[in-house]
Amino acid sequence: MNRSTFRIAAAPAALLLTFSLAACGAANEETDSNSDTTAAGGESTAGSGDDTAGAEAPAEELSGSIAGAGASSQGAAMEAWKASFESTHGDVTVSYDPVGSSGGREQFLSGATVFGGSDAYLSDEEVALAADRCEGGELIELPAYVSPIAIAYNVEGVDQLNLSPETLAKIFTQEIKTWDDPAIAADNPDATLPSDAIAPVNRSDGSGTTKNFTDYLSAAAPDVWTHGAVDDWPVPGGTGGQGTSGVVDAIGRTAGAIGYADASQIGELKTVSVKVGEEFVGPDPEAAAKIIDASPRVEGRGEYDFAVDIDRETQEAGVYPVVLAAYTMACTKYEDANDAALVKAFLSYMVSEEGQTVAQQNAGSAPISQTFRDNAMKAIDAIETE
Amino acid sequence: MSTTAQPPAPTAASPTADKPVVRPGDKIFAGLSTASGVMILVTLVGVAAFLLWQAWPALVADPSEVRGGNGLLWYIGPLVYGTLVAALIALIIAFPLSIGIALFISHYAPRKLAAALGYVIDLLAAVPSVVFGLWGVSVIGPMLMGIQAWSIDNLQFLPFIGGPASPKSMLVTGAVLAIMILPIMTAVNREVFLQTPRLHEEASLALGATRWEMIRQAVLPFGRSGIISGAMLGLGRALGETMAVAIILSISARYTPVVTSPANPGTIAADIALQFPEASHGAHLATLVASGLVLFFVTLIVNMAARYIVSRRAAFSGAN
Amino acid sequence: MTTSTPARTEPTSSRNAQVETSGIKPGRISQALHAGILIGSVLLALGLLYVFGTVSLFPLLMLGAAIYLVVIYVVGRAIEGRRHGLDRFVTGLVTTFFLMALIPLLSVIWTVVSKGLARFDAEFFTWSMRGVLGEGGGAYHAIMGTLIITGITTLLSVPIGIFAAIYLVEYGQKGRLAKALTFFVDVMTGIPSIVAGLFAVALFTLFLGPGARMGIIGSVALMVLMIPVVVRSTEEMLRLVPNELREASYALGVPKWLTISKVVLPTAAAGIGTGVTLAIARVIGETAPLLVTVGTTTNLNVNPFDGRMQTLPVFAYYSYATPGIPREAFTERMWAAVLTLMLIVMTLNIIARLISKFFAPKTGR
Repeated sequence: MNRSTFRIAAAPAALLLTFSLAACGAANEETDSNSDTTAAGGESTAGSGDDTAGAEAPAEELSGSIAGAGASSQGAAMEAWKASFESTHGDVTVSYDPVGSSGGREQFLSGATVFGGSDAYLSDEEVALAADRCEGGELIELPAYVSPIAIAYNVEGVDQLNLSPETLAKIFTQEIKTWDDPAIAADNPDATLPSDAIAPVNRSDGSGTTKNFTDYLSAAAPDVWTHGAVDDWPVPGGTGGQGTSGVVDAIGRTAGAIGYADASQIGELKTVSVKVGEEFVGPDPEAAAKIIDASPRVEGRGEYDFAVDIDRETQEAGVYPVVLAAYTMACTKYEDANDAALVKAFLSYMVSEEGQTVAQQNAGSAPISQTFRDNAMKAIDAIETE
Repeated sequence: MSTTAQPPAPTAASPTADKPVVRPGDKIFAGLSTASGVMILVTLVGVAAFLLWQAWPALVADPSEVRGGNGLLWYIGPLVYGTLVAALIALIIAFPLSIGIALFISHYAPRKLAAALGYVIDLLAAVPSVVFGLWGVSVIGPMLMGIQAWSIDNLQFLPFIGGPASPKSMLVTGAVLAIMILPIMTAVNREVFLQTPRLHEEASLALGATRWEMIRQAVLPFGRSGIISGAMLGLGRALGETMAVAIILSISARYTPVVTSPANPGTIAADIALQFPEASHGAHLATLVASGLVLFFVTLIVNMAARYIVSRRAAFSGAN
Repeated sequence: MTTSTPARTEPTSSRNAQVETSGIKPGRISQALHAGILIGSVLLALGLLYVFGTVSLFPLLMLGAAIYLVVIYVVGRAIEGRRHGLDRFVTGLVTTFFLMALIPLLSVIWTVVSKGLARFDAEFFTWSMRGVLGEGGGAYHAIMGTLIITGITTLLSVPIGIFAAIYLVEYGQKGRLAKALTFFVDVMTGIPSIVAGLFAVALFTLFLGPGARMGIIGSVALMVLMIPVVVRSTEEMLRLVPNELREASYALGVPKWLTISKVVLPTAAAGIGTGVTLAIARVIGETAPLLVTVGTTTNLNVNPFDGRMQTLPVFAYYSYATPGIPREAFTERMWAAVLTLMLIVMTLNIIARLISKFFAPKTGR
């Protein structure tokens, strides 16, 4: 090899070498073998750290690593679950690649990952594929992450905004163009509405949030919203933002803007209360969690498949129907017994009271109900670890 | 022209002229070079085969199966248009700027200062595109709002001006892309300008030319091929830029000449990044890969055009 | 070539040159006058903006520069003659362009540095994110991942890229392979980065089955993106090496490979170094191809042949895209990661410059 080529190539290599020699391990990972002391740094590790998933945890110490991939909507919650799970199980490594729902389903079904995440439940074709992937066992689908989708707006002087589904749909189809439209005024008799133009903000990327929001619009206002439930925002002319952060940012920067985003990330923005039955309900986690119990399970699926068709038209009091449920997919049977044990322990932790609290504190999700937890635990208990 | 780079006949050049000398060094060197070239070709064939394999379902699918439900052309057409518009805006802004900056560094600034300035510009190439995206939305977007609003009030008659002004418009995206491609274009131009033979410059100055005349007579003609190469590298980056465009651009239209409003067509690369994670359906995924294939061809055509321009001026470059 | 270039000038300007050099010595714009024009232009711009009621830095500089350019051309033309007036104008224009470009560039750097410093602490460089909830934690694992993956990519791409460029310039001539190579390297610059990632995944799935995630796969994906940049910039630099040098070397009986490695490459070293640095910068910030090939993890992993690794761009992007609560902690980590990334490239840049300084022959500039 000639000199200058060698030297140019050698420079980064030398740098690399320096770095790898200088350090051996991350400061917070050196105590890995001693599982109790690894919780350092995590301030908000919810109180009862020690007997995590206590009832379910096998007597012998867990070790090894498992990987999952899927929807980025539950990325923050997964990070939180992983972090606190790993701090109680020092020899376990869980990873979750937020590659998106389709990637998550595909990787899970091809056996690339042992668990998956998805904003939508598996299609019937995919369920058929899952039979192979699960080595003859059952497919588990759990909506373990439930999060309200807030409809946030940026209008000076309007602190409280109530909207019926029809008005909301008209705003997003751009039929209603100004804030002082009679339809909006009818729902908000006390508010002083400006005559500013409405700037609707939507996701520019395909997302489960859009799918759930449009699903709500098409179920609750079918006459106005004729685009159905779709991943891609179908109405042209609005402002598009990438991801939850992009939408929140665009609403915050544009006077007269209104958009939909994960409720945990909207920060200082004000939120719309939507009409459910005779009252108006805001994006409150408890109100959102109720919808899962109020919704019917998808029929004709496995015993442990908790796919639900969210009942957007519910008239029940105190229920917020604009929610996103992200499913976690797993199998009751794995080729590798250790994988099975780890998945079992991790899933148990996710749905446990503590796990749900951790997710609420760190990702703003709605904790699942006790009824649903009991059901979910039946599925998780069915995972064969022998 | 091409004879000059030919190796001398071994017998004539070798010190021991009696017998032909086989130089292992030459053989190894030639072998390594050829092998590298072949390897790149093999990789590319692999990528192309992979792309075709992945895009095939969309190419043969019924138009209603394809993403958008109206066939490939319907889906990809506006994206190609958007890609070209964004890249064109970027190139229009960056091309004169990069030449100006490179000239300033190579021929105007004091030598010490020039080195430092070149360094600052190179540093920008290190900024990840996510950051350019965030910075574009929070700094450039608001900064251009005034100009855009003014244009909408006063220049409405122009076809590409239209309201309402948006900090996420095509113009803002193009401006940020221009800043992103400046470092690579400037770096290439600068290196090329610095390579101008000293003799050419001195000859020009000795004939009484002013500095600008010297640059026009000696530096720019010599660097033309390099300038175009740099512009193409920049254009390639602008065409393929993903994250920055995805973050900044508000995508909610198909074909539109307007570049100042929130209703813009998307670009291919940004669309792939935006739609890929949740593309649920086989044919939908394939549509995205097919759009990637189209981006391939767009880049190809742009580069062929550049090569054609350069080849017409080949006499000015050093080696051939 | 040298003789033909000046002949291309229009006859009028050469006649002017004769008039001006042989006749009465034209006047010069004094330093004081020049400074006066500059300050006057800025003040005029300030006044105009004040009248229209929108005083801010960027329009001020633009308007000031425009006024200055007009005035210096007119004054220069009146005092020093047409050619020197034009020269003044171009000098002003080039400087303006430079300043104009510098503003956004400095703004980006300022944004990154000012926001990145919030978490630029010891914990950031010694901790991974394992077991970290909310605040705290660090990017040590991501820094190592980025250095290792980019290092491997560079080690593999640079020799291949440089040799391919040597082939194109020194060996290939106008052969079919060289033409194909030139053509396809251009095509390669148009590969969307996510496609490179998917390609690498598909390639390794053939050998290792589904689910393989390791650093080396990411390096392969980045190679696809990096090689064309190296080839193109190196090729351009090699073509600029004057043929006289090669001919002189051959005439002394130096073998071709030694001519290339001792004469051609050192002459082009500065340019190649810049090109390589830019190529590294091009790939070191990639997010999408790394996410699908290397995955993400919160743990330190320094073995590129086994398991997931974290990288700085992926770390930064997901801190931004899927933040938890409190959001500030995630945003601060993101900016600190970006700042780190910039510093790494800056270090590489310095090294590249030192190399070219030590090994390039003296060129007079």
